[in-house]
Amino acid sequence: MTNNTLLQVENMGIQFGGLKAVQGVNLYLNNGELVGLIGPNGAGKTTSFNMLTGVYKPSEGKIVFAGQTLNGKPPYKVTQSGISRTFQNIRLFKDLSVLDNVKVANHWLAKHSILSSILRLPNHFTSEAKMAEDATAFLKIFGLDRYKNELAKNLPYGMQRRLEIARALAAKPKLLLLDEPAAGMNPQETRELMELIAFIRKEFDLTILLIEHDMHLVMGICERIYVLDHGQLIAEGNPNEIRSNPKVIEAYLGEEVVENA
Amino acid sequence: MGASEFALFFSVKEAVKGVKVMEWIQQLINGVSLGSIYALIALGYTMVYGIIKLINFAHGDVFMIGGFIGFYAMVRWDMGFIPALLLAMILCAVFGVIIERVAYKRLRNSTRIAALITAIGVSLLIEYTVVFFRGAQPEGYPDLFVEKNITILGVQISKTSILILAVSIVLMLLLQFIVQKTKIGKAMRAVSHDADAARLMGINVDNTISATFAIGSALAGAAGVIFGVYYTKVDPFMGIIPGLKAFVAAVLGGIGIIPGAMVGGMLLGVVETFVSALGFSLWRDAAAFIILILILIFRPEGIFGKNTREKV
Amino acid sequence: MKKSKIFWSYLILALVIYAVGQALISLNIIDMYYKNMLITMCINIMLAVSLHVVIGVTGQFSIGHAGFLAIGAYVSAIFTMKLGMPFIVAILVGAIVATLAGLIVGIPTLRLKGDYLAIATLGFAEIIRITFLNIDYVGGAAGMQVTQLSNWTYAFFAALITIIVISNFTKSRHGRACIAIREDEIAADAMGINTTYYKVTAFALGAFFAGVAGGIFSHNVFIIQPSAFGFLKSFDILIFVVLGGLGSLSGAIISAVLLTLVSTYLGNFPETRMIIYSLVLILVMLYRPTGLLGTKEITDLFKSKKKGGIDHDQ
Repeated sequence: MTNNTLLQVENMGIQFGGLKAVQGVNLYLNNGELVGLIGPNGAGKTTSFNMLTGVYKPSEGKIVFAGQTLNGKPPYKVTQSGISRTFQNIRLFKDLSVLDNVKVANHWLAKHSILSSILRLPNHFTSEAKMAEDATAFLKIFGLDRYKNELAKNLPYGMQRRLEIARALAAKPKLLLLDEPAAGMNPQETRELMELIAFIRKEFDLTILLIEHDMHLVMGICERIYVLDHGQLIAEGNPNEIRSNPKVIEAYLGEEVVENA
Repeated sequence: MGASEFALFFSVKEAVKGVKVMEWIQQLINGVSLGSIYALIALGYTMVYGIIKLINFAHGDVFMIGGFIGFYAMVRWDMGFIPALLLAMILCAVFGVIIERVAYKRLRNSTRIAALITAIGVSLLIEYTVVFFRGAQPEGYPDLFVEKNITILGVQISKTSILILAVSIVLMLLLQFIVQKTKIGKAMRAVSHDADAARLMGINVDNTISATFAIGSALAGAAGVIFGVYYTKVDPFMGIIPGLKAFVAAVLGGIGIIPGAMVGGMLLGVVETFVSALGFSLWRDAAAFIILILILIFRPEGIFGKNTREKV
Repeated sequence: MKKSKIFWSYLILALVIYAVGQALISLNIIDMYYKNMLITMCINIMLAVSLHVVIGVTGQFSIGHAGFLAIGAYVSAIFTMKLGMPFIVAILVGAIVATLAGLIVGIPTLRLKGDYLAIATLGFAEIIRITFLNIDYVGGAAGMQVTQLSNWTYAFFAALITIIVISNFTKSRHGRACIAIREDEIAADAMGINTTYYKVTAFALGAFFAGVAGGIFSHNVFIIQPSAFGFLKSFDILIFVVLGGLGSLSGAIISAVLLTLVSTYLGNFPETRMIIYSLVLILVMLYRPTGLLGTKEITDLFKSKKKGGIDHDQ
């Protein structure tokens, strides 16, 4: 583990009632890297994300992030230590406004207490104003500020995907986990999304791990790629190495993804 | 452990010493027969929950209606116990299906909370409609036996207990046969496993759900009649507490699991009877809820249940 | 600054309502029966608003609210009747004990979801009721006599404080965290919100004001009995929240007021009242499952520009 390593995962695995969903996963992320995690359906990609973010407790292995062990920490603590995520099937707070969705994510960064809010002490007002300001700034970056008072559920699909990324960023992560950010988007939207991911990575000095089915997106922007199949890592390398790796081709055999790529 | 619970613990110990073995066997039999009433109600709860994930609060009221039908059949229309039992079961089955078709069917796609509130509403509606038409006063059930007890190997057992146990066992065996061996039983299992897949396989999901309500309600109706025989009275609110306890029994055994409801019901009956026998009859109703909370906290899937997790 | 103007105009409106009520009572324009109705209305508002924060805001389906009402009622009555403490102190102690009970109930049960939580809270409320039934010190099933100390002033200001506190809580980062939990608990957790903490906090806050309501209630009815705090009482409170709109504070208040009026006028026909209640409940769930106002507030209906969401004081 070098000084430059942000995330180090050793031998991570989980079983559900005897069935080993994921096992023996070893991976690392260096500061500032953009890494892809790919694999056929049911390979255990989202399950791995869920373990990294504390939604599932790994039954074995070790996750070290920025020097601290994350195993067994609940999701909110994982987020507060600097890992934020989006979900494969969008999980916005549907009946909250777009602005409030983002404010929820910077909730833990604000300090005013419950008592101060109930009594409407001065620091309630200053702190809430700052939250609104920060949240609006994120919405601007994503071109969502004009929808700020709209309910999240009323946004078009592509905008909802963007809002989820904006919300994840508002939690001030060092590592951003994106679970199929381009799912359901058209080529135009996907291209814009790629640019956006490249931009926020630079702007916020982020490390990004993304799960993606869209091979164009993964091969186009990721520096390194991990391939998961049947719950195990079968390959690691740069896009060119992955493209020509026979194991990967075998795993994807029958799926048209590789042919397209 | 608080001071009062501490005191409770010691008085339990004292009380246990005071009761003789024969009495314990007697109490055990009482407990099992009371428990079989809970089990019969719990079966309906568990079947309905298994198939549409609804806690049918009105189920306890179907049980109450069964109790009243049994009363009118036996006292006003001079029917015997078995015909009255069958009549109550048939009418309750019809009643259960009407409730499902009128109120619950529209709720298939709404939130669980909306469904639960509707069920509470249906329950209140049935109770107060009965009160509206006949008042809240109880009705006395006739005694089925002149000689109340029978002595077997030195243990005095009430004949009603034996009757209740016999009826329950017959009904439970019948239910097992229906669920495991018949076409409708297979359909019920298929729908509770995956309603959409069952529909694609050509199973009529609506009819299967109605059949589940019919069978569950018939069992509740039977439970109502034997409850009347056991406690010798019925009233419009009699379904609330046994209904809740039957739900506890269903959770205890593992909700959605038919043998679980039977075992859960029996266990609950025995525990309650023992709590009463130890001289804490006022705490009897609390026992069920304490069991409920303990089971929900430590093993929410119940005795026979499997652990499931939410998909993220 | 605009926001504080709105606040002050609401406060003035509230004081006008108070003054009108006080005038009606002290000038003997309305009799005991209607005076009681006004006090009951305030108690019901407190109950509705305190359950609203648990169900409507945080989305935790508790149907055992009468348990906390019972604790507030009994504990405050013990403090005034047996220990000779001042009324205000008794109300506060009752509310604090109810809060502690809320923590004891909430910490283990709030891990449960949906129907399981509902049944567990109902079970806890029953245990609380049965416990009072078994304590001879408070009269067991026969009940406990309580001097009438509640009046319009106590009831009104208790209700007003309840509304202000819950409203301020909701319109803050803390309330937003609770709403996020209601909307999607997994996402809220993933956004750094300690979901257990906020669920328990909302529950304790609800229990506190239910306890206050209990204090006002017991000192208004001359005698309190465990049978008054059964699950029918819990359902009554639930109906206020559900009917007004899950998530709407003003909805909860409005339905508490309307349903108090309905029960008062149908006071001699309790069966009819319950039949109407249950029919309304079923019809609302079938045709408008979000309740009358949904998550909106009554004030939103008059705003043309705003399309929804929650206002936050800034």
